[in-house]
Amino acid sequence: MAETKVRRIDLGPFFVPILSIIVALAVGGAMIAIQKINPLLAYKVLFTTAFGSVDGIATTLAKATPLILSGLAVAICLRAGLFNIGAQGQLIAGALASAWAGYSFVGLPRLIHIPLALLFGAFFGALVALIAGALKAFRGVHEVITTIMLNSIVISLAEYLASTPFKEPDQPLTRTPKIEDSARIPDLLGLPFGFFIAVAVSIFLWWLMRNTTTGFRIETIGRNKNAGWYAGISIKRVIILSMLVGGAIAGVAGAIETLSIVGRFEPAFNAGLGFDGITVALLGRANPLGVIPAAILIGGMRASGSTVQFEAGVAPEIVDLLLALILFFVTAPLLARLFKKRHDGVSLTSGWGN
Amino acid sequence: MKIRISYVITLAFIALFTYFYRQDGAIATSVVYTAIQFALPLALAAMVGVMCERTGIVNIGIEGTMLLSAFTAFFVGAILKDTIKGLIAGVLTGVIVGLLLALMAVSWKMDQIIAGVIINILAAGLTSFLYRQNYSIPSTLSPIDLPIIGTWPIIGPILSFHGPITYFGIVFIIGLWIALYRTPWGLRSRAVGEHPSSADTAGVSVTKLRYLNVTIAGAIGGLAGAYLSLEAVGIFERGFTAGKGFTALAIMIFGRWNPMGAFAAALFFGLAQAVTNQLMIDEVVKIPPQFINMLPYVLTIIILALSAGKVRPPAAEGIPYEKEKT
Repeated sequence: MAETKVRRIDLGPFFVPILSIIVALAVGGAMIAIQKINPLLAYKVLFTTAFGSVDGIATTLAKATPLILSGLAVAICLRAGLFNIGAQGQLIAGALASAWAGYSFVGLPRLIHIPLALLFGAFFGALVALIAGALKAFRGVHEVITTIMLNSIVISLAEYLASTPFKEPDQPLTRTPKIEDSARIPDLLGLPFGFFIAVAVSIFLWWLMRNTTTGFRIETIGRNKNAGWYAGISIKRVIILSMLVGGAIAGVAGAIETLSIVGRFEPAFNAGLGFDGITVALLGRANPLGVIPAAILIGGMRASGSTVQFEAGVAPEIVDLLLALILFFVTAPLLARLFKKRHDGVSLTSGWGN
Repeated sequence: MKIRISYVITLAFIALFTYFYRQDGAIATSVVYTAIQFALPLALAAMVGVMCERTGIVNIGIEGTMLLSAFTAFFVGAILKDTIKGLIAGVLTGVIVGLLLALMAVSWKMDQIIAGVIINILAAGLTSFLYRQNYSIPSTLSPIDLPIIGTWPIIGPILSFHGPITYFGIVFIIGLWIALYRTPWGLRSRAVGEHPSSADTAGVSVTKLRYLNVTIAGAIGGLAGAYLSLEAVGIFERGFTAGKGFTALAIMIFGRWNPMGAFAAALFFGLAQAVTNQLMIDEVVKIPPQFINMLPYVLTIIILALSAGKVRPPAAEGIPYEKEKT
């Protein structure tokens, strides 16, 4: 953040996302009303299911866990001026790798097996991201295109692996065997333990960006590549490092989903978690701590999508639409301008060539 | 050097085609026919990119434009029981999305990558929310049997009997190529993409031209979407465009932001897919279907990795134009 001499309390970072959500809900409400359903009823169901009971909140936090991490995976790259749309592919790579580690190693104690499986997830998530990072750093290929292509490649590859070499024997579904009990992440205080991991990662990244040289390097390159280069920061190293970190975090998101919720790798699960990460990151203004409330909100909406269909008769895809609208309004500068005179968004476009 | 490569590819293609034509004429021509069908939506989508980027606007929302247009084209066609009305709806949808992109990128001076991603996510959200099963269009756009050419050997079965959007698309691509390099509009567009302040000094309205080109490009994106749902298959599914809008960007870069270059690149892509399909049908090779699905994406990455750095995008691409204040 550029230091201004007169420090005023800047309400923009809070008001813009909240106002975006309200406007998005209003537009979404109009779409629901077109289908002759009372939007207030739909929203009441949506929010009471997500936040109205202890069970509801526990489910919401479980849904929020991978979203916090995939949001971080996008946010950390945004800070470096990279738009990592590949969180989805990295997450799937992590989910599959951790499932493999979860069912292949038999007889390990819990304290070794769980971290090992998480590490597998992080490693393969980072590996997928590294392809995009290296192509960006050494060949100047725009990361938006490569990460989108890698998403599709990883999805196909994972489907192949889960349907042929890693397939659970003797049954028709495309999925891997169940993970060993020793790899299963237990709940803590009725909440999924993964949630605490995700929050810890958020806090760590917040600290990293604020208090370390590495964080400063990432931030500098993200704000002004040329200035960073002039100051002797290796742009290539920053690009690769932030993609690796982002990929590893997305991989852990997939691993936690496998090890605590799904219990195996099944392609139909995990769908969309990485894409929601984009919305989470932008809603949280690419701030590692801001990502947490954004993920909880979106997790709550995801958690109650099917109840909304059941009780209000709205297609569960309403959540997709609302998220798209939120993303639109949170990034549309018209809203931002209402609260902030100086445009202070993350700028990413630099053509395809650098 | 580039010219030599394209000569080599063309010669290799003719040699291979002659070889296979001698083996089985019907299959050889049908593979090339299929290749054109695979290539057309990619080529049209690449034209969207060419038109936008030549005037300095990065458009990664092509995928969303196509998805939304394919959706409206299909459902308007199905509900009104009129495929032509569907086609019009698809093109109009493209125009609206184009205007939205222009609004975000030109007027609001938003980051163009984010603007494109928003279009893609909005399109995915809208189409999956509004999608309904059990709808069908009365008929797909019917193929046209070309007079005279249709009876020629080899060329007839390859070029004849495509749908109307295909023929329009080919004519449009050639027209765009001529217009871009041989008309005042083309010169102005390229000037705005390379050096907007000079163009402005010369009296070209950067804002107007960018709006115009992005909107026309939107219409073409709409046509590409309508091609998929009305001409190619006659159905619509969630996530129907399957990354074609992104592959189109790679094709645009591979074709060096030149309409004919991009068309050639799209044909190469189409041919790669058509040949793989044929090999699968003949069971010459046994490849898991997932790897076939991966092929266009892998090709896209390889092409980008090989051509990036060697090709030069329009200089003012991605930068919102700020008029100097006096």
